[in-house]
Amino acid sequence: MRTVAVLLATLLLAWPALAVEPSEMLQDPSLESRARDIGRSLRCVVCQNQSIDDSNAEVARDMRRAVRERLTAGDDDQKVFAYMVARYGDYVLLKPPFKAGTWALWLGGPLVLIVAGGLLLMAARRRKPIPPPVPLSDEEQRRLDALLKP
Amino acid sequence: MIPELGHFALILALAVALVQGILPLLGASRGDIRLMDLGRTAALTQALLVFVAFGALTQAYVTSDFSVVNVVANSHSAKPLLYKISGVWGNHEGSMLLWALILALFGAAVAVFGAGLPDTLRARVLAIQALIGVGFLAFLLFTSNPFERVSPAPLDGNGLNPLLQDPGLAFHPPLLYLGYVGFSVTYAFAIAALLEGRVDAAWARWVRPWTLAAWCFLTLGIALGSWWAYYILGWGGFWFWDPVENASLMPWLAGTALLHSAIVVEKRDSLKSWTVLLAILAFSLSLLGTFLVRSGVLTSVHAFAQDPARGMFILAFLLLVTGGGLALYAWRAPRLTPGGMFQPVSREGALILNNLLLCTLAATVLLGTLYPLFLDLLTGNKVSVGPPFFNATFVPICAPLFAALCVGPYLGWKRAEIWPALLKLRVAFIAAVVAAIVAATAIDGRATLAALAFGFGVWLIVGSLGEFAQRLARTGYRMPPRAALGMTIAHAAMGVVVLGAVGTGAWNSELMQTMKPGDRAQFHGFDVKLERMESLQGPNYIAERATLAVSVGGKSYTVLQPERRLFAVQRRQVAETAIHTNLLRDLYATLGEGEAANGWVIRLYYNPLAPWIWLGAALCALGGFVSLSDRRLRVGAPQGGKRARTRPIAHPAE
Repeated sequence: MRTVAVLLATLLLAWPALAVEPSEMLQDPSLESRARDIGRSLRCVVCQNQSIDDSNAEVARDMRRAVRERLTAGDDDQKVFAYMVARYGDYVLLKPPFKAGTWALWLGGPLVLIVAGGLLLMAARRRKPIPPPVPLSDEEQRRLDALLKP
Repeated sequence: MIPELGHFALILALAVALVQGILPLLGASRGDIRLMDLGRTAALTQALLVFVAFGALTQAYVTSDFSVVNVVANSHSAKPLLYKISGVWGNHEGSMLLWALILALFGAAVAVFGAGLPDTLRARVLAIQALIGVGFLAFLLFTSNPFERVSPAPLDGNGLNPLLQDPGLAFHPPLLYLGYVGFSVTYAFAIAALLEGRVDAAWARWVRPWTLAAWCFLTLGIALGSWWAYYILGWGGFWFWDPVENASLMPWLAGTALLHSAIVVEKRDSLKSWTVLLAILAFSLSLLGTFLVRSGVLTSVHAFAQDPARGMFILAFLLLVTGGGLALYAWRAPRLTPGGMFQPVSREGALILNNLLLCTLAATVLLGTLYPLFLDLLTGNKVSVGPPFFNATFVPICAPLFAALCVGPYLGWKRAEIWPALLKLRVAFIAAVVAAIVAATAIDGRATLAALAFGFGVWLIVGSLGEFAQRLARTGYRMPPRAALGMTIAHAAMGVVVLGAVGTGAWNSELMQTMKPGDRAQFHGFDVKLERMESLQGPNYIAERATLAVSVGGKSYTVLQPERRLFAVQRRQVAETAIHTNLLRDLYATLGEGEAANGWVIRLYYNPLAPWIWLGAALCALGGFVSLSDRRLRVGAPQGGKRARTRPIAHPAE
């Protein structure tokens, strides 16, 4: 589907054949795996909606290096994110922080659910329950039996 | 000469569409049958004319007529024939022409298959369809003329974007457009119904097959695009929450909701006003997707201003279609009489819950896609909304949807009991819990949410198949109606998609290694040896190919040959992945940069259950087609109609 972006916008950007390179990887596998997780949540700031992990832009490479440097220096994940935000702003986070400018973004979906669900419930309350069907009178039952008789 | 013929045909098509959009409407309001019947002739003529125009452009591509600007910009004489043809719609002008063609073909289909429709309804549907066509044909002629000439003609063209030189391009856009444009028919039916002031079961019976057909094509189109991205982009992902993907997901979600609410109108004569609104929204979201992609606002808000004519045209058209539709709705919908009553716990209630959740999902995607644009426009602040956001907001709403999905089919119309339904689902529930526990302990050490999602996948499959089995047992093993069969297939297929997505998304693993010929790598029990590297000459590219011999336990298993292609005309590289699948997992290899001295970067992925994503999506569409073949949906259609009339079929009351 991302290819459609290319198809439709007919962008002529060079698409990456590879993103993270072996030479960049950290020796410690647990540290490297943390770096990958963080990388997937950080936006390559010159790309279109790509994480730094998926991008082979020069900037993305530098950002990946910066993440690994911070991790090697002993920072926890939160500190690494804070470090990147301090340099590139909130824009770098693919999951935007919950703050004044993004309340509507985060709460919009649940709000639709709550408001629409509430309206539906109210409508259901207002609606009269369907009365149970009145049982047939003896006369009707007799006629029905007569009709059903083969 | 031929491009001019195409251009002329396009102008004629616009004229015909104007006639088709105005006179039948007049005829319908005056009761003039001649004006109403004009709509059918005009629809067929319009389709023929747009077809001629499309044929002319195709001819220019196939013969590499470089006096046409569009061909110069997007084709090259050395390109294989398949990509010359599919290249027709691999660019802005051509893809808009394809859109107009499919729109006209749908109009013609309504004219041909709509013989059984009431005259006024058919006339109005065709007129609305034509007015949409006027918008697109005018857009083509005034802002995006594909037949523009250039003189002197260059010796050769610029070629097609290499990523698009793939069989995927031949099928993905046409299928997607069949879906998008299919919703225009539903929209036309909704507007016509508002003009007529009546919506009834017969109307719903007409709308459902069109919705279903559009939905099936859209499902296939999205799945194909996702598969294409998976095998061509080379990092093993299948869904990126990219705005362009979201643009196709939104109409799919709205269309899925519409599909279900139309059942309520058909069976119970209820939810009429809501169904009409959904029909308007589904097509509006299709147009919104087109606007987002076409206008360039996705690249940046400012790209919109780079080609103001195009962007403003689509925006104005979008506002007219959506705003006009909604205004008409606000004006006329109160006249639609509310239909059958029902209690909250009932089939109707379940379908309302389905609609509520699907619309919330669509709203979430809409918000996530448009929020960055609006924030930038209003405040100048930039914000990124990527996969982690959607995983946190979209996925949780899927949980109640999937949970309720299996319960709905057990509930009777009008009123029902919830506990007997749940009791009948106990096997599925136990299977789901066991699957989740097994997944959490045996497969997955850390991501417990993935295990939960895995359980949901099993729940969907077992629950849907179980309902079908119980239905068979109840009816003495007589085949249920095709619509019910289609439902079971589509519902179970959703479970297959979920399992595939969880397997690939959460439990994949990768190995990245720099290798020289002769080097070996151990990966998931596979012994992977780089046998050799070689250079190849393709029709319009040169390639570097790695041959990876994969063996298991010393026995040769398979050979993977990933390539890296360099397209000389565009000077761009494209990775050609090599995938070995056994339908339970994919072994996926890509070739990265490198040279003989230091070796080449080889990336290996192990993607459990990956093929199930597309298998499930294809099954889902199959379910739709099976349901579409139900005789009940063909009532009123010329072929099926006679049989149905001579041999009335008793409908089960559920």
